[in-house]
Amino acid sequence: MTTSRTEILEKIRRSLGVAPEQREQNGLTEDRITEDRIAKDYGTIAREYQHSGKLDPQSRLELFSERLRDYGTSVHRCSNQQLSSTIAQVLAARHIHRILIPPGISGPWLAASDIEFVPANNGLTYAEMDKMEGVLTACTAAIALTGTIFLRHSATEGTRALTLIPDYHLCVVFENQVLETVPEAIRYMEPFSTLPLTTISGPSATSDIEMTRIKGVHGPRTLDVVLIQD
Amino acid sequence: MTVRVGNAAQAPDFPEAAKKQLANAQMRRNVRHATDVIRAKRNRVAAEMPDWEALRESARQIKAHTLRHLDTYLEQFEKACTAAGGRVHWAKDADEANAIIAAIINSHGEKEVIKIKTMTSDEIRLNPALEAEGITPFETDLADLIVQLGNDQPSHIVVPALHRNKTEIRKLFLEKMKLETLGDQPEDLTEAARRYLREKFLRVKIGIGGANFAIAETGSVCIVESEGNGRMCLTLPQVFISLVGIEKIIPEFSDLEVFLQLLPRSATGERMNPYNSIWTGISPNDGPKEFHVVLLDNGRSEILADEKTRQTLQCIRCAACLNVCPVYRQTGGHAYGSIYSGPIGAIVTPQLQSMQHSQSLPYASSLCGACYEACPVKINIPEVLIELRGKVVAAGDAPASEKIAMKTASFALSSSRRLATAQKFVRIAQWPLVHDGTISKLPGFLGAWSETRNMRSAPAESFRQWWKRRRKEQHS
Repeated sequence: MTTSRTEILEKIRRSLGVAPEQREQNGLTEDRITEDRIAKDYGTIAREYQHSGKLDPQSRLELFSERLRDYGTSVHRCSNQQLSSTIAQVLAARHIHRILIPPGISGPWLAASDIEFVPANNGLTYAEMDKMEGVLTACTAAIALTGTIFLRHSATEGTRALTLIPDYHLCVVFENQVLETVPEAIRYMEPFSTLPLTTISGPSATSDIEMTRIKGVHGPRTLDVVLIQD
Repeated sequence: MTVRVGNAAQAPDFPEAAKKQLANAQMRRNVRHATDVIRAKRNRVAAEMPDWEALRESARQIKAHTLRHLDTYLEQFEKACTAAGGRVHWAKDADEANAIIAAIINSHGEKEVIKIKTMTSDEIRLNPALEAEGITPFETDLADLIVQLGNDQPSHIVVPALHRNKTEIRKLFLEKMKLETLGDQPEDLTEAARRYLREKFLRVKIGIGGANFAIAETGSVCIVESEGNGRMCLTLPQVFISLVGIEKIIPEFSDLEVFLQLLPRSATGERMNPYNSIWTGISPNDGPKEFHVVLLDNGRSEILADEKTRQTLQCIRCAACLNVCPVYRQTGGHAYGSIYSGPIGAIVTPQLQSMQHSQSLPYASSLCGACYEACPVKINIPEVLIELRGKVVAAGDAPASEKIAMKTASFALSSSRRLATAQKFVRIAQWPLVHDGTISKLPGFLGAWSETRNMRSAPAESFRQWWKRRRKEQHS
């Protein structure tokens, strides 16, 4: 019995002129197109676009902040020493008193005494997350040109649900995590390419009603960023 | 085998359907407004990229390369996805894909599914197939929700409810969500959708989506979205099913660096859309416990056979060609009778159906070339349209009036004596039709052509006559 898999692959090969019965007349002498040959063909693809950035570090951080603000995200810049006080200020301004944290976050981040930090342990259900006011996480990388944050959902970034269900997300970004271009970020993320990955560019939004970007649908309706620079 | 593209096989011809749509003034206002907004945004963010043309060329080459070796890349994807805990199914056509998906849902004894926007599921008519099995699909993309609640058809690839304005949407939500009050601002409408769907995200155990990209190297799937409904559907349920057209494959993870720059800027005019999710098989303690990929052919492998029209399969479904098309902007999406509308719909719909249906669509274009200019993967849509018109004519399926016109033209143009006679005839016959040097209404079967066009009247003297007279005057 031929399976659909076999049938589809055979049809594709016939369409491409590489089916066994077509090989001779199409001048294909090898038994099959080898992976080497495909790799060689892949190598000929033109890639004349911009790969690396051109901005100095200061301008890169400026651009990142500006692009985040374009999406309606507030950016708070501070030094490493000011991290816990900045977190406290940002949360106070949002009237948030209890916030979820991924299990890998500890120490100086949590120094603010008037905030209750609730560790998201494995037993936390989605319904429980839904009742929380917000979540505080780190990230893996960021893209200045597009105002994008890259998560690989490590112990300091939390599971995918954790940065999705609560209505508020506060993300801490370090200056050395901010890359300028999309290609730089994709190459940086390559070692993590088989982990679950999420990119976040501003709060959740929609353009479905009259093509106007409206902030806030199902993901967090507010995204704040603390950008650390020493 | 039954290839299906929504209800396209039963749809009326484009000219007939377009005439009906053109009478809907509200729909035309909505479409014009929405496409104006999106065009302006797209042009602004494309113009700020100095390497835009280089990105387009790379994207074209990556897609063309992948299609040339599609069999190998599909096998590579299957191997990597399976190794990561995913289960890969192959579906020749719509019915087989629907049956596979229904069987997965039934094996869990579930009666409800939440869906991410996937045009491919509209292509195979998945929702009616699930409903026939007693399974209720909930659309979670705002525009798809509007279409589903309104018992409507998608009219745009990216923004399926583009033909509806906020007043119409408010009325629909009030009625279908059984709300007592609802504001009329877009923010109020999205808030209503958030409340309506949140409970479903937290409760329903099976999610279904498509794929913007399927990566052969890693076996990963990438979903590009804005609202977070995609993240909800692919993260919270216990089972997730991706329905993937076989042309969605890209070779390597790093190829995303090209497509993630082109797609958001072309589709919604944003530097980056709010969310992209990339995942590989299943992950312990994060997301679904079971992940299925259904690789769908449904006519695609046949499109590969023609080297001139194969480029149709490069499409990344950004809909930039719809937003710039002078025909689409007048008629809206429904006139195309296919869930794939606009210029890309006009080439992909008939080809998926082996040119057996939707033969009027390759004619639904003025060949102005704006679609080619806007296309982020450089599909030469006018070239493909002309090629397909040739196929329609060769199959004897050309519109009757065109056949008569072409035969007449061929007769008159094949001898200079016949041409002179024809010209003389036109000069005499045109007099009742000419007003101020313009003909705006032709008689008989030519009337349909002149309904939307004016032409200059034939001059008193033809070029050949002028040339002859001039030579005579010089010699005398």
